[in-house]
Formats: sequence, C-alpha cells, structure tokens
Amino acid sequence: MVERKELSRVTIRFSGDSGDGMQLAGTHFTNTSALIGNDVSSLPAFPAEIRAPAGSVPGVSSFQISFANEDIFTPGDQPDVLVAMNPAALAANLQDLPRGATIIVNSDEFHAASLKKASYAVSPLEDGSLAGFRVFEVPITSMNERTLAETGLTSQEVVRCKNFFALGLMYWLFNRPTEPTLRLIAEKFGRRQDLANANQLALKAGHAFGETAEMFSEHYVVRPANLEPGTYRNITGNSAIALGCLAVSQITGLPLFYGSYPITPASEILHELSRFKQFGVKTFQAEDEIAAIGSTIGAAFGGALGLTGTSGPGFALKGEALGMAVMTELPLVVVNVQRAGPSTGMPTRTEQADLLQAMFGRNGESPVAVVAPATPADCFNMAVEAFRIALRHMTPVVLLSDGYLANGSEPWRIPNAADLPRIDVQHAEARPGEVFRPYARDPESLARPWAVPGTPGLEHRLGTLEKEDGSGKVSYDGENHHRMVLLRAEKIARIAQDVPPQEVWGAEEGRVLVLGWGSTFGALRSAVQRHRREGRSVSHAHLRYLNPFPANLGQILGRFERVWLPEINLGQLALLLRARFLVDVRGYNRVAGRPFGINEIYEQIGQLYDAAPSPQVR
Amino acid sequence: MSTTAVKLTRKDMVSDQEVRWCPGCGDYAILSQIQRALPELGIPRENIVFVSGIGCSSRLPYYMSTYGFHSIHGRAPTLASGLKMARPDLHVWVITGDGDGLSIGANHLLHAMRRNVDLKIILFNNQIYGLTKGQYSPTSEFGKKTKSSPYGNIDHPIRPLSVALAAEATFVARTIDRDTKHMQQVLLRAARHHGTAFVEVYQNCVIFNDGAFDEFADKAWRTERTVLLEHGQPLVFGAQRDKAIRASGVRPEVVRLDDPALRREELLVHDEQREDPTLAMMLDRMTSPEFPVPLGVFRSVQRPVYDELMEQQIRQARLRQPPDLDAIFREGDSWEIKREG
Ligand SMILES: Cc1ncc(C[n+]2csc(CCOP(=O)(O)OP(=O)(O)O)c2C)c(N)n1
Ligand code: SF4
Repeated sequence: MVERKELSRVTIRFSGDSGDGMQLAGTHFTNTSALIGNDVSSLPAFPAEIRAPAGSVPGVSSFQISFANEDIFTPGDQPDVLVAMNPAALAANLQDLPRGATIIVNSDEFHAASLKKASYAVSPLEDGSLAGFRVFEVPITSMNERTLAETGLTSQEVVRCKNFFALGLMYWLFNRPTEPTLRLIAEKFGRRQDLANANQLALKAGHAFGETAEMFSEHYVVRPANLEPGTYRNITGNSAIALGCLAVSQITGLPLFYGSYPITPASEILHELSRFKQFGVKTFQAEDEIAAIGSTIGAAFGGALGLTGTSGPGFALKGEALGMAVMTELPLVVVNVQRAGPSTGMPTRTEQADLLQAMFGRNGESPVAVVAPATPADCFNMAVEAFRIALRHMTPVVLLSDGYLANGSEPWRIPNAADLPRIDVQHAEARPGEVFRPYARDPESLARPWAVPGTPGLEHRLGTLEKEDGSGKVSYDGENHHRMVLLRAEKIARIAQDVPPQEVWGAEEGRVLVLGWGSTFGALRSAVQRHRREGRSVSHAHLRYLNPFPANLGQILGRFERVWLPEINLGQLALLLRARFLVDVRGYNRVAGRPFGINEIYEQIGQLYDAAPSPQVR
Repeated sequence: MSTTAVKLTRKDMVSDQEVRWCPGCGDYAILSQIQRALPELGIPRENIVFVSGIGCSSRLPYYMSTYGFHSIHGRAPTLASGLKMARPDLHVWVITGDGDGLSIGANHLLHAMRRNVDLKIILFNNQIYGLTKGQYSPTSEFGKKTKSSPYGNIDHPIRPLSVALAAEATFVARTIDRDTKHMQQVLLRAARHHGTAFVEVYQNCVIFNDGAFDEFADKAWRTERTVLLEHGQPLVFGAQRDKAIRASGVRPEVVRLDDPALRREELLVHDEQREDPTLAMMLDRMTSPEFPVPLGVFRSVQRPVYDELMEQQIRQARLRQPPDLDAIFREGDSWEIKREG
C-alpha cells in the first residue's frame, strides 16, 4: 500500500539534454501546481552554448520549481527531487543535492556511450557513489517506446515524448491532476492529432507507472497555499517589464517606442513588445545599443514613451547617450537586465554589479533616477513606476533587473486594466504673447516642459551643450553651469518626495536589519522569516528605489544595532549607503553567478545575530 | 507630412542665435541655401526638425527657427530615425560632417540609408576635422599633412557617395558650397524625395583645409573640371560644352564631341533611376584631374519607406486584433484563487 505523506514545500529539478524537453516539462509542472493553488516559483537554467554536444555536461538544460502550501519567495535552494534524463544531467546537478534527496534517473541512458560523454568511468548507479540518496531507476526511454509502439510515429518523434512520461510520473508522485496538461497538449498540437495523442499517452503511461510499479512506497501531497484572492498567471521578469510598459502606454495614451539590440538576458523584452503592434507599440531592432538609445531619445523628443533595454555590456555603450538625455531632460526608461561581468562575462548568469555604473557611469555630474524590482512579478510594478517618475520629473530612469528576475517566474496577480493607476501627461502648449522657455521649471518637481515638434509656437532647439537656465540657450558661463549642475541634482533628489516611504518587514527597530535590493529579495525574506519564527529580532527592508533613496531610509538605518546587506557584487549599495548615511553597513558579497540560497543567508544572519549586542544592553 | 500651404520666407527660418562659424566658412552658404529652400516646400515650420551630431557643421540646428536637436558625435541618424518612426508626420533633416557621419557615426549612417527611413541627410564634407582644430578625417586624401599626421596621412580615404550607394540609399546626390544655385536645386530635390536622401556637400574649411576643392571647383575652371548630372542627358561638360563621357562597360573615358570618329550613341546618358547602383558608383569614382567631378543627383529610386512600413504593420495588426490589454494580461494559463469560506 502506497502511503500519502503531507509536505509543506517541495523543490524539484527536471534535468536532461537540451533536446529532452525539460523546460516544457517544468513549465507544465509549474502551471499545474499553480492551478491547484500552491504558491510556486521557478527558474530555468539553459546551457551557455546553443549547440553543446548532445549528452555532454555543457549541454544540460534544467528547470527548477518550488511549490508550497504557503507564501514562498524563491525557486528553492536545493532540490528535494532531481529528475535526471541522462548521466550528464546527473553529473551536472549532483553537487546541488542535499543528502537524502530523491533522484529519479532514466536508467536506459546509463549505458557506456552516454556515461563516457558525461566523463563517468563507471556507472554511478553501480559504484555506490549515490549511497546517500534515494535513487529510483526508471527505464523511461524504453517504457515510453513501448507505450507509443503502435502510434505509427517515427522513432525520433517517439523519443521526443519521453519528457511527458517523466512528467506523468512526477504528477503521480506529487498528486497533481493530469487534466490541465492533457488539455494544453490538445491545444498545442491541434493540427498534429497524432502527436497530441502520443504525448497524452506518454503522460498517462508515466502516471500509471507510478501507481502500479510498486517502486515508490509513498507519494506526497502539498496543499493549496493561502494566497490573496484574484486571478493569477505565471510571469517572468522580462514579460512583466514588457507588460508594465505596455500598460503605461495604455494609461497615458502615449505610444510606446522600444529601441533595442539583442542581448542575453534582455532579448525577451524585445520579443514580447514586438508582438503588440495592435497597441501601436513600435519596436526597433537597432544596429547597436547606441542606436537603440539614440532612436529612443529621438522618439521621446517626438512625444512618445521612450524605452530602451539591454544588459551590462550594452548599458556601457549607452552611457554617452544617457548623458544626453540627462542634459536635454527628456523622459526615458533604460532597462538593464544585469548579467555576470566584467565585459562579456557569463551571459546566462545573474549578478548585481551594475549599480554603480547606473549611478555614475557617465561623464560630468549626470544624475539619473534608479529603481529595481524585487521579484519577477514586481518587474511589472517597477516598470510602471519607472515611467511614472520619468514622465513626472522629465528625467531618464534606469530600471535594474537581472538574469535571475528575467528568466525566473512566479504567480502574478493579474490587475484589471481599468484599475491601473492613472498617470497624467501633458505636452506643453503655446501661450499667446509668451516667449517659450524650454528650460523653465515646475516649482515643485523642477521638471521642464515637454514640448514636442509639431506644436506651433514652441519651436526650440535642444542640445547637449550647456544651457542657460530657463531659456535653454547655449551658455558657456561658469556660474550658470554651476547653477544648472545643482538644479539637475536637486531635480533628482526631489523624486524622494514622490516615492513611497521605505517599508520594514518585521519590527521597526531591533538587533539586525537585513537590507537588500533586486532579485535577492526571495532568499532574504525567507531567511529572515525563519529567524523571526524562531524568535529572533531580525527585520528585512528591501530597497526598490535606489536613487534617490526613500526619504525615511536614514531614520530606519539608525534604529538597528546591525545593518547587514548581502549583494551579488562587492558591496556597491553598501558603499552608497555608507557614504550617504555614515552608517556601518556590513556587506555579504558572493559573486558566483547564481542567486543566494536561503540556507546560506539564514546561517550568515545567525552568526551576525549572535555577535551583535542586544538592543536592551545598550 | 503636412502639406498645408503656408507662405514663408527665408527670414522665417532664421533663429535668434548668433551664427558662430569662422568668417568665410562654407557652412554659411549651406545654411543660407537650406533657409531659402525650406519655404519652397510649404511645410509649416513647427513640422520641421533638424537633428545633428557634433562638429562645426552640426551647429546648424541652433540657427534654424524650426525644431532642432544638437545631439552627440555621430549619432544624429539614430535620433532622427527614432523621431521619424515615432512621428512620421514630421519633416526630419540630419546635419552631419565627414568625421561625424563617416568616422564615429558611419555605422548609423549606413543603417539609416539601407532601411530607407524618410530622412534628409546633408553631409558637410570639408575633408578635415574642423571643430577639433584640424586633424585628418576619413575623407582626407592619402599623404595629407595635418596636425595629427605631420608625416602624412596613411589612412586611405572613404568616398561618401560610394558608401551611400553601397547601402543602396534611394537618393544620392552631391553639390558644392560655392554653387548656390545648384545647391538649392539639389536640396529641394532631396527634400521632395520619398525615403532617405543623402547629399554630400563639398564644403570649404577656410581655417584648416582651405581650398581643398579648388582644383576642380574654382570658378575659373569649374565648368571644365566638373560635370553637372542631368537625368536622360549625356554627360557633357567644358566651358564650350565640347567634352563628354563615354563608357565601355563600367570604364569611363573623356571624349571630345568634335572628334569625327565619335558616335553619339556611345556617349554615357545619365539615368538616375537605375535600380542597379553600379553606374552611379562608377560616376563617383570619376575624380579630378583625370575626369570632371560629377555634381548633381547620382541616384533617385523608389523603395518602401521604413517608417511607413512600420505604420502599415500597426494598421494591419489593428484590423486583425483590436487592442485589449486585459486579454494580453490573461494570455496563457491563468487561475482563480477564491477567498476561503
Ligand atoms: C564622443 C566624442 N568624441 C570626440 C569628440 C570630439 N569631436 C567633436 S567634433 C569632431 C570631429 C568633427 O569633424 P567633422 O564631423 O568633419 O565636422 P566639422 O567640424 O569639420 O564640421 C570630434 C572628433 C566628441 N565631441 N565626442
Ligand atoms: S573651423 Fe573650418 S569648418 Fe569649422 S567653422 Fe571654421 S572654417 Fe568652418
């Protein structure tokens, strides 16, 4: 008799050769888990090379998903279950597994040739090296073949169905319904009825195998999480940015222009936006990143919503033009989906090391606003925020995402278009009898008017030479320059009055404040949550507005004995905070191309906590 | 583009900024001809935009009373392209120099032309870097001694029109600062062209490269050493209009019209509408002193215009699928979480 065991959270990693369809299996598992009400979080990992040799370790593609009966914030540190479709997949992932984890291997592939490609001299299934794990050897390839023997498909087509066999088995093991996937298969293969049938058969056979094989002594239930009511879908950070910007275009009635040059991991934003022609979205695949931002600034001058997006190396190329947007004070959003650098670095790996580049990577005193989303779904909110700030304050805004947010996904509570916040934008109009002053300023925000070509009476010349205050004419006067430098700085500083105050999760004061920004949110929040549940005075503040900082940030920092800031860089935000607030911010910095794990952060906080004086002793 | 008839004059095109080029600079003549040509087009001033890069020549937008954007070195075509894509209703000009357009910004120039964005690009070619005080430029002749090449320039010069033709620009022309009438005609034709118009203007820099074009452009012998291109006409030149060009294949040759052995049908007849740019390219390779230097329109053909294609795709997409933000939000699998109890 198979036992049913209840778990609160499980992390699974599907892993196989790039051609094995692991991304698809993982996506289906994620969607089904979300449909039955679990909170989910997922992250794909692709091979860095497009065509690494089949069966080799560099050719391994994986998809990790975590699902739980409560709010979760990350795709999980270490998988509880690894599905390895070949020896290379096992070799590539074994070091990530905790002792006692479950490994389901496709035993058919553990033959001499495949073992050799993964550099195994002896099969790990035979040499005892997997002793600490619960290993299940399932002949997935051959059972899948047998299942589909009568379908009349070519052997290649049959092999391609084996991911659904594996998926079916996982559905059984974790008590998920197969119907949603069966339905989606039918929709996807609409025209190839035979392929739809075969994939459905494979899925059902995998599920039946779990039930009848007497291999597994227990299977598992993860109950629905208590999520906020609403309609949800899964969303990646890149899609969320695209949808956020599309939403702004609809809210403001301004056409969206996206100038970009393909680069990992930002290209999906271009792919997404180029689909939205019916909304009047214009996407321009430029000849390079300089042309991408140049064209966007041109479009913004013309009155459009100007958006350009890239990753670190492209962001470096955009530097000079970004300075031009500072000088001409045009609204512009620049997305930098950070990746591991310097230079070309590790394009498919995540990092947070472009913060100082965003802040200072230009000649002269050249301030811009900087915001950073915390989670994939938050990319939607921060894209809207970035534009709201750009439009209201007539400034370029840098939106710092990263590879982890870009490809990771989580449930997104879908807003109603009608309920989106309003953003009012007015292009300047000529006033009879008045000489137009393109650099006159709004007394509150210091924004200058946005006058667009085609408006009679407002003809003016923007330029990158220094401007005379107010008139906007070319000026080489030193005192005027000093005034303009201060004005541009003050304009950005005043944005602090226009962003929400920084929130603290947990107590407002205490022993340890864990600070963070960007995609480290999930690991930090989870680790802090664990400490709080264990009764420790630890709080978490996650910054989404990096320049300017929220107005209350300084006070918050002063209320804790220790301020601790983990970053996937060598301490860039810590440097800014120390300089600005003279607070002894301690950093924790690991730049290994991957997100922080919850355990790692939990342990670090523990050590810091024990070393910190308790507030009462003071 | 708006075509509301308005009667403007040159004066309407002049801004309140003091013009700050060196006295005698060829830029003055070009500015003046642009200011004269524009009113002819009947386009309201507010619908005209001048975008430039950096260089002496790129100061021009400040002196126009239209909208303008003096941007950064070499990138004017990118701004202008974005502006034109966002606002196809505007009449957009690009002002650039030989350094701005063919060194730092060559890539952008090339791509704007091959896309056929509806821009009017005027390249002021003075074969020198003026603003930075006299270094050799990508069009400076081999061996030229300048501040940065005291031993002589060892860069091989680039030919602007050949670049434009290689990019298959749909309108390619050349004129010269000191022939104001010719310049006026060429500018007007460029302005009326549908698609990218590329015009090279030989421009004298009195300070750092004075007389660079005198060898063929000096008034005393200009008719002898230049040839004005006219569509459908043979390339006849000379003060007495006694010489012409004959071409065997793509090899041009100067012939005398009074040569009894010459047959009229052997003369090269200019055809600016040829799809194939090879002959236009051949004309650009005719240099002084061996040949008269061609001035005028080398090529003028029609091809779909980038910014219009973009608009067209949007119109078509709208017919197929009305914009519905909620539908896009809900794309893919969505699920409902209901309040418990
Ligand atoms: C990024 C950058 N590099 C270099 C310069 C310096 N610079 C300004 S204009 C110029 C050359 C201009 O030559 P050209 O385009 O021929 O224009 P001209 O001044 O002769 O009209 C250079 C090198 C600059 N402004 N920006
Ligand atoms: S330096 Fe040469 S190109 Fe520049 S303004 Fe003076 S004469 Fe004209």
